[in-house]
Amino acid sequence: MFSFTVPLGKLVRAVSRLRGGGSALPGLVVEKIDPGFMQRTLSSLPHGVAVVSGTNGKTTTTKMVVELLESQGLKVFTNRTGSNFTRGVAAALLGEVDWRGKLDADVAVLELDEAHAVHFVNKVPPRYCLLLNVLRDQLDRFGEIDTTALLLQRIAERTTGTVVLNREDPRVARISATITGREVLYFGLDESLRSTFPNDDDMRTATPGTGAQGNVPAAETADVVLRRVGADEAEFEFDGERVTTHMKLRGVYNIFNAAAALVLARSITGTSGKPGDAAKLVKALSEVAPAFGRGESLVVDGQPLELVLVKNPSGFRLGLKSFPAKGYASMIAINDNYADGRDMSWLWDVEFESLREDGVDVLTGVRAYDMALRLQYDEVRFGSVNTDIPAALAEFIRGSAGKPKRVFCTYTAMLAIRRELSKITTVEVVS
Amino acid sequence: MTSAEDTAQHASKGTIRVLQLYPRAMNIYGDWGNSLVLRQRLLWHGYTPELLEYNVGDDFPEDVDIIVGGGGQDSGQIVIKDDLQARGDQLRGMAEDGTPMLVICGLYQLFGKFFKTKAGPVIPGIGILDVETVGTDERLIGNVTLTSPEFGEILGYENHSGQTSLGPGVEPLGTVSKGAGNNSKDGHEGARHGNVVASYLHGSLLPKNPAIADFLIRTAVERKYGTFVPGTPDDGFARLAREHAARRPR
Repeated sequence: MFSFTVPLGKLVRAVSRLRGGGSALPGLVVEKIDPGFMQRTLSSLPHGVAVVSGTNGKTTTTKMVVELLESQGLKVFTNRTGSNFTRGVAAALLGEVDWRGKLDADVAVLELDEAHAVHFVNKVPPRYCLLLNVLRDQLDRFGEIDTTALLLQRIAERTTGTVVLNREDPRVARISATITGREVLYFGLDESLRSTFPNDDDMRTATPGTGAQGNVPAAETADVVLRRVGADEAEFEFDGERVTTHMKLRGVYNIFNAAAALVLARSITGTSGKPGDAAKLVKALSEVAPAFGRGESLVVDGQPLELVLVKNPSGFRLGLKSFPAKGYASMIAINDNYADGRDMSWLWDVEFESLREDGVDVLTGVRAYDMALRLQYDEVRFGSVNTDIPAALAEFIRGSAGKPKRVFCTYTAMLAIRRELSKITTVEVVS
Repeated sequence: MTSAEDTAQHASKGTIRVLQLYPRAMNIYGDWGNSLVLRQRLLWHGYTPELLEYNVGDDFPEDVDIIVGGGGQDSGQIVIKDDLQARGDQLRGMAEDGTPMLVICGLYQLFGKFFKTKAGPVIPGIGILDVETVGTDERLIGNVTLTSPEFGEILGYENHSGQTSLGPGVEPLGTVSKGAGNNSKDGHEGARHGNVVASYLHGSLLPKNPAIADFLIRTAVERKYGTFVPGTPDDGFARLAREHAARRPR
């Protein structure tokens, strides 16, 4: 079986790539013919497996953890394509193992969406998990936020070593009460920054922390605390020291997740308390560039064009807050395909007043008119509305010559926009 | 007061007080959109909106003209259930008196007689609506289109595992042509009783269904001022959003 699975899987992978297919099919084939493949391959890694899950920030956080570990000289296996489900992991493994099925890596860091993470940890218990947040997102898939929180709890229960939790999200922090016999570490925020990150219960309350579920009792000590965020720098506190560093990443939410990545990387490498290693980690952190579509900046007509992925109300709110409209031409692209979520209700949980002054140039996507209606009720001016993404994008670029541009887009709209942009500018290919 | 505000005050045909029930615990997926639409359309019709909130333990505001209530998770329903019972008489009185009300999903269920949850416990409702809800393992999720004799075609999105059956004291809001509605077998959605409109639909409901928003506004204004003099809101984008939404898969 061992010698048979890998060559066959690799063959399917090669063929499906030739046909321009996705990453899931070879994974599916391997799962069918050799269900133990993934578990067997990953269990041989000296530092084991780390799973990153939660509603927002998985891709960027995983990228940060990988780059931090690499700065410490570790060889890291990860599922970089963002196909964050079990078959995607199996497919990515196939690309990396040698013909005998051996994976040349020290540790695996895997981004998994909540439901698929449970499926995965049932097969492969991870040594580490990092749980970011639970926010309303794709309730058409998950049902309720509390159900999503239970999925994360299950991941923590299956973790054998260290569980890293967001101290500021009550639904995540509470998971600590349900697990015993594992190390629990937190990443946290300075008091002054908490209002920037309302949790889901604060969606409709003026004062964060006073929502339906109330606050978590007395703050636990966090391993890493984000103290301050400046224009292009951030201050973190760990091991009793405050460290200020330049950051390439944009957006306060990305920078909070940098604190999360630091906790996990420090735990995996056992470098907490060692100043020399801390300096190396912080340097690596300062150099992490955004993941594709997550504040990614391309160049079009000599001007920057930023892609900001928005897929749920908290992400859209934070996106608007992190990327101010002033001086930018902007476009919003809203699709409602399965991967985006079919329910448009989430647009009504986002406030768009911050766009009032500059307006929005172009609205596009399958649900462009839902977006138009939403902006009408928030009294935000907009230019043209066109459900056809390529045509709308061309018009947007034509109409905003000489200005920096920004596109807020849902997941499948982002894929379509990147595809179009790759015809006229350099777009990093993510394989 | 500046002169602009002065003019606005004089231009107003009257003030309508809109009360949101339990916005903290019951606000799942876009329920705020319904309040926002009422506020803006009142302005567009030339009236002055006042948006009020009622949360667990608050004093209940006086002189409320419209009530809106949203959906919540099971945990949200547990948080509000005792407080809602304590306000039951008052809310029943207002409903019987003709106060227009819109209740969505979770509060639709609790405006009924009871919600027997999947886990077993029964959450008593306040019985404004002759409906009963039983939690199930089947989640009804997706785009919905229904036809109502009063409001024409209604579009929205449902996401619920409680299945609701209607008693003789209510009429359904409409007949479903796409999606499930109240339950997986009867083919109807929502409930109507007096001036109460109840529905499972998010989307949010009111933005793409301005006819329902204007029914609530007209009823409130007529009760308070005798006659309703409508303005001319521009519903062009609502029409286009409806056309595109209607073509989407379940």
